Order: sequence, then C-alpha cells, then structure tokens
Amino acid sequence: MDAQNTPAIAVDQLVKRYKGLAAVDGITFRLAPGSVTGLLGGNGAGKTTTIAMIMGLVTPTSGTVTVLGAEMPRQRYRVLHRMNFESPYVDMPMRLTVRQNLSVFAQLYAVADIDQRIERLAADLDLTEFLDRPTGKLSAGQKTRVSLSKALLNKPEVLLLDEPTASLDPDTADWVRSRLERYRAEEGATLLLASHNMGEVERLCERVIIMKKGRIEDDDKPARLLARYGRETLEEVFLDVARGRRQSEVAQ
Amino acid sequence: MRTRTKSRNRMSSITDTGMDFSFNRVAAMVRRYWYLLRSSWPRILDLIYWPAVQMLMWGFLQVYVSQNAGFFAQAGGVFIGSVLLWDILFRGQLGFSISFLEEMYARNLGNIMMSPLRPAEFLLALMVMSIVRLSIGMIPVSLLAIAFFGFNLWALGLALAAFFANLILTSWSVGIFVAGLLLRNGLGAESMAWTIMFLFLPLTCVYYPVAILPVWLQYFAWALPPTYVFEGMRALVTDHVFRADLMAQAFAFNVVLFAAASFAFFKLLQSARVQGSLLQTSE
Repeated sequence: MDAQNTPAIAVDQLVKRYKGLAAVDGITFRLAPGSVTGLLGGNGAGKTTTIAMIMGLVTPTSGTVTVLGAEMPRQRYRVLHRMNFESPYVDMPMRLTVRQNLSVFAQLYAVADIDQRIERLAADLDLTEFLDRPTGKLSAGQKTRVSLSKALLNKPEVLLLDEPTASLDPDTADWVRSRLERYRAEEGATLLLASHNMGEVERLCERVIIMKKGRIEDDDKPARLLARYGRETLEEVFLDVARGRRQSEVAQ
Repeated sequence: MRTRTKSRNRMSSITDTGMDFSFNRVAAMVRRYWYLLRSSWPRILDLIYWPAVQMLMWGFLQVYVSQNAGFFAQAGGVFIGSVLLWDILFRGQLGFSISFLEEMYARNLGNIMMSPLRPAEFLLALMVMSIVRLSIGMIPVSLLAIAFFGFNLWALGLALAAFFANLILTSWSVGIFVAGLLLRNGLGAESMAWTIMFLFLPLTCVYYPVAILPVWLQYFAWALPPTYVFEGMRALVTDHVFRADLMAQAFAFNVVLFAAASFAFFKLLQSARVQGSLLQTSE
C-alpha cells in the first residue's frame, strides 16, 4: 500500500480485555488522512482504551492498530514525533511556568526554533501574558489552552483528543473548538476526538463512531446518522443507541 | 483538498527507525527536573537537612565513644565515613526515585510516555538528576564534617571515586527497579521508593564488619555490592589500605545488578502496557 492510500489510523479487529472482561471488543475502522472523526460513547464504552491503544500506551489483547503506517505499540517510536494528544486527565507540571513546560516538550519533540514556535502558539492561543506564570496558577480554561499548545507544538499529523473541552465553560469550549478547526484547516491533520459533548462532535466531525460496551454500534456521517434515526440532534441519536433503541423502532 | 495532499505528502517521509538515542531528549528531561528543583526552596533544603542532621549525630557519638574506648580512638572517622557513604547510596536512590515520583504526582506521566522520549533516555535523565540532587546535599555536608570533626571525605581521593562509582551504580539499579514497580503498580508502590534501601542497611554492614553477621547471612551480604564498599572504607580508614580487589568485586556485582534491574524495568513497563496501568497511575 503506498503512502497516498495509507490510512492515517487503521484499527483492525481490536480487542482489549482486562482480567477476561472486554473493554474493547473487536472494533475495526480506518481514518483517512486529514479527516476529523468523533468517538462517541457513554462511560465505560471503551473510547479512552481505544485512544490509549492508538497512542501505544496500552497493548491490545488481539487485533492491530496502525498509525501513519507504523504498528502500535511495537513501532511507536517511528511515529510518536508526528502525533500528539490532549486530555483533561493528564496535567502539565504545575510548578513550571508555561514557557518552561512548553520548551521542555518542544525539546522532547525536537521542534525547530523552539522560542519562535512557543511565541507563535502563545499568540494563537491567547497565552502570551501567561507564558512566565507557573502553570498551576492558571484557571481551568487557561490550563486547557496550555495543554492544547503542548499538543500542537510539533504540528502533529495525527492529533488525539480525549474530551478536550471537559470542565470548560461554553465560551472557552467554543473558543477551543474554533482553534482545533483552524489547525485542521491549516495543517491537514487527522483528528480523532473522544467526547461526551454532542454539539462539539456535530460541529467538528465529518464522521462519528458510536461505541457501546466496547463495540462499534454505529459509524457514519452526522447527517446520515440523523436521517437514519429520524432525529434532529446527535444527542438524540446517542440516547437511542445508549438505550438500545433500534433504528426501525425509532423510525416508527 | 489542499490540506489532504499536504498530510499525505508528510506520510511518505517516515525515516525515524525508532532505535536512535537522543541526548537532546535527555537534556530536556534534566532541564524539566532542574526547573522544578529551582522553583522550590523546601525541595532544596530537604536535600541538605537530613544528611546534615545524621552526620552530626553520628559524628558526636563517635567523638564520645572514641574518648571511652581504645579501638574507636584509633579508628577515628569510621562512623562519619560510614554515614557519608551510606547517604551516597540512600540519597542516590532517593534522588532517582523522587524525580520519577514527581511525574506521577504531577499527572504528567501520560505526556512523557506518549512523547518520543525513549525509556532508556528517561532513565539516563533520572540518573543525572540523582547526581545533581546528591551533589546539592552531600557537598555541603562533607564540608560540615571537616569543620566539626576534622573528617575529610575528599582526602580519600581515588578511593572515594571508586566508592562513589560503586555506590551510585547500586543506587541507580535499585531506583530503576522501583521505577518499574511504580509504572506497573502506580502510587500503591510509592512506599517502596522510600523504604527499599533500608533492606540494604543491615545486610551491607554499613556500621560494622561483615564478620559480625552469622555465617549463613554473610553469603547474602557478600552478594550485595555496597558490602564491599563499606568493608573497603573500613580497611582504608583503620588500616590505611586501599582494597582494589574489593572494588573490582563490587563493580562486577554492580554490573549484574544493573543488568537485572534494567531487565526487570523493561518487563514491568511491558506489563504496565498490557495492564493499562500507564493510564491509571494513582493507587
């Protein structure tokens, strides 16, 4: 398969079991380069485990994950410098200033011209005045922007986002979404976004994968999902899937 | 369309083999720990405080005992020397383990493990920090030992270098093993980081000769590299003889210990990936 046809992320019959219990149970999907996909599901649906396997943090029980042509986690060091992620469940060191944190990660990712890149990101994400403040002294919204800056430092081709706007107020969340849209448009990156926020997924994603109990329950474009379930919002579709209502029942 | 093409073009340029070791990434991690240390004076004070207290306590005890027992009068400096060398061993491991624990306390391990930083680079950065932290603590304390008791650790010269190299190698081996346990078991294994070295305290004969131990326990003692160092230090201070043979044996055992600890670390890391514990590092 040549590079032109290589999916950015390919997940094939992926299974992860913990003590016999399936957290992810035989899922398969491929994400085209430059696409934005939402991974929807309730708590325990397997979204975070799926993302962790894509990042190479968790070894699958069976099945394969390939990112930018590299099998994860075995070949992860071939591609980790071309990926990045953001999650509210991971923090930046609180005592370090924003600039110190970003410069350490920039060096880890071998970013060229570190100072210039940090200044540029700080300007883009409205962080310039906070660069020399300890990260722990920032508000939740400012910390999220710092995490997003870290995630964008190396201009990743694959960006994994685990509930990127959780615990943010609607204005800040909207602001973060607009920056993600802009990054995708400018860099042509592939975005995979796990979220509980249906509005966010509806706005950002051209494709939605709905997971339940470790399996893929549905996988389509938002508009087609709405049409098939006869609903007006993805939240209603999500509730139909979560509560086990079939498309035929919903249509009646 | 333009963006898709751009992305696809980038995909054709996979050149990183994944086998390269980068001192630049090691330097990034050392810088990260240095920033942390610099930002917190209690952290720096903590590096000096306890070694100083311990050295003073044992030093005054030695002064008292030496005035009342002929042997100790001739063996001046054995206790203080033991204390200082024990602190190299203990603080070397703590310096390694605490830097690692800082990542867990900060919930930063996911960022680190997801970055291009290789585990071997991470371990090397922790080794460098263990020396940095040890230097901040031990250099002032060794000067205090000269001022209070006239015991000059630095006068041991090349012998000190041999003692230090062997002790720091042991402390890194223990630190590497503990880091593996922490990755695999999360902060539930934190107490190991603080206490594991005390297992070495009675067995490596820090304050007494190996001959004091029951014969069957001496076999265990001689399997631990620091035992050779403490015996060597006593030979140097009391008999004025540098036992190069003991240092060579300590080094041989250290090579085995370091290899075993590194193997255990990579196995525990592998297990952590299987168990998903890199995601969940709390208790």
